[in-house]
Amino acid sequence: MNMLLTDEQMVLQKDFKDFVEKEVFPIADMQDHKECLEEHIVEKLADKGYLGAVISSSYGGKEWDPIVSGIMHEEFGRASTGLRSLFTVHEMVAIAIQRWGSEEQKEKWLPKMAKGEVIGAFALTEPEVGSDAKSIQTVAVHKENHFVINGQKKWITMGQIADIFLVFAKYDDKPTAFIVEGNRAGFTRKLIKGMLGFRASMGAELFFQDCEVPEENMVGKCGTGLTHVALSCLDHGRYTVACGCVGLGQACLEESTNYARKRKQFGERLINNQLIKKMITEMAVQVKAARQLCYYAGCLKMQKHSDSINETWVAKYFASTMLDKICSDTVQIHGANGCNQASRVERLFRDAKINSIIEGSSQMHELLIATNTAMTTRRTKFKPKTEEK
Amino acid sequence: MDIKEKVKEFVTKYIQEDDLGYDVNFFEGGFVNSLFAMQLVMFIEREFEIQVDNSDLNITNFDTINHIVALIEGKKAS
Ligand SMILES: Cc1cc2nc3c(=O)[nH]c(=O)nc-3n(C[C@H](O)[C@H](O)[C@H](O)COP(=O)(O)OP(=O)(O)OC[C@H]3O[C@@H](n4cnc5c(N)ncnc54)[C@H](O)[C@@H]3O)c2cc1C
Repeated sequence: MNMLLTDEQMVLQKDFKDFVEKEVFPIADMQDHKECLEEHIVEKLADKGYLGAVISSSYGGKEWDPIVSGIMHEEFGRASTGLRSLFTVHEMVAIAIQRWGSEEQKEKWLPKMAKGEVIGAFALTEPEVGSDAKSIQTVAVHKENHFVINGQKKWITMGQIADIFLVFAKYDDKPTAFIVEGNRAGFTRKLIKGMLGFRASMGAELFFQDCEVPEENMVGKCGTGLTHVALSCLDHGRYTVACGCVGLGQACLEESTNYARKRKQFGERLINNQLIKKMITEMAVQVKAARQLCYYAGCLKMQKHSDSINETWVAKYFASTMLDKICSDTVQIHGANGCNQASRVERLFRDAKINSIIEGSSQMHELLIATNTAMTTRRTKFKPKTEEK
Repeated sequence: MDIKEKVKEFVTKYIQEDDLGYDVNFFEGGFVNSLFAMQLVMFIEREFEIQVDNSDLNITNFDTINHIVALIEGKKAS
């Protein structure tokens, strides 16, 4: 296993860093205050080809390997979680079509998604159904040569601007995935404001009222919506969230170190105080550990290894939960300055929380990791001494 | 190792039955959860260099070791 990035990966890392410094840092706070993306930012991402990161080159995408795509999420996560979330959901839809879509769906959507002419969003959660995804209430009924969808989705990232939605509905009582174009009759959306974090993620509520979609819009087979289609999407989503958390943690580390170097109390710079040093040490170690877990999951993904699924849970769980402490310590180091909107760290603190709820909450990850560990841990063949007696 | 043994080795990583029969239905037996379905697809694709398509996604292709082996052999032959 190679623990170092290749030259090619480092060139792309620099490209992402430069773009983020020039185009994203200057608008990140403003986007958060306005609760929407800056007008031209999606075009700029499209011009760089970033929206085609995971799309095969045969459809005009970059086909970057999972490590590079992870690095992209880390670099954007350092500056703007709201903007980074655009990549997550857009890529999740592209992955679903690329992996489980028909040839016609691939030809129709992937080239446009790669160019950023079409933005995708992922619509699973409903007002009454979150973690327990198999209980979705949205239904699809087959009529002649189309499906009629009825139901509602909530908290859908980029729901305000997406052109196509990957919608999960029960068909024949089995969770199934469908592409729904944003201009379909019977489909409406309502913007969501006032979120704690991810404020630039253009969230929306979606309504399907006798919304007709052609038969050929089904993705995968009837009943494979969760077990295969959503699982492939969420696996990528979790990986990108984990990498984004590494970027957010890195931002906290940089803000904390820079502030502690400048700020003087009791005639000393904060950085010289041992209690502050401890917080910074913990941050540095946690961020490095999370980054390594992401790289490991990324390496397994590159090999299309079945363990990549569980290692992605581990990376996402660790990276999102570490942020609770890191972001709290970052605000602590900044004192009152960290509690005000004029400081970036107040936004980092708010954004951090969301990461342990989306793409499977921390509790869901605890259940998954524990179940998998219980299943795969080798049973001991010998009897412990206590049992012998 | 032949196909059957490789499949058995993978499946018994999750189902730690000392002597898992080739015809035991592990989905019905409650040995595995639905997440296992995708892990199985990834394993088959990587190990045997084949692509599992939508048309293959019938539970009956994946529910016993013998059915998985038949799927792999069928795909390799075509
Ligand atoms: C900013 C943001 C963006 C989002 N974007 C999208 C999107 O693009 N697409 C989409 O489909 N969804 C999206 N979501 C929704 C997100 O996926 C859900 O919030 C998440 O799945 C959790 O569901 P819930 O909020 O309904 O919580 P619930 O499922 O109601 O859970 C509430 C709490 O109970 C815990 N809990 C639930 N069941 C158990 C259990 N069995 N054992 C222990 N604890 C349990 C949970 O961990 C959680 O802490 C977004 C959410 C946010 C906040």
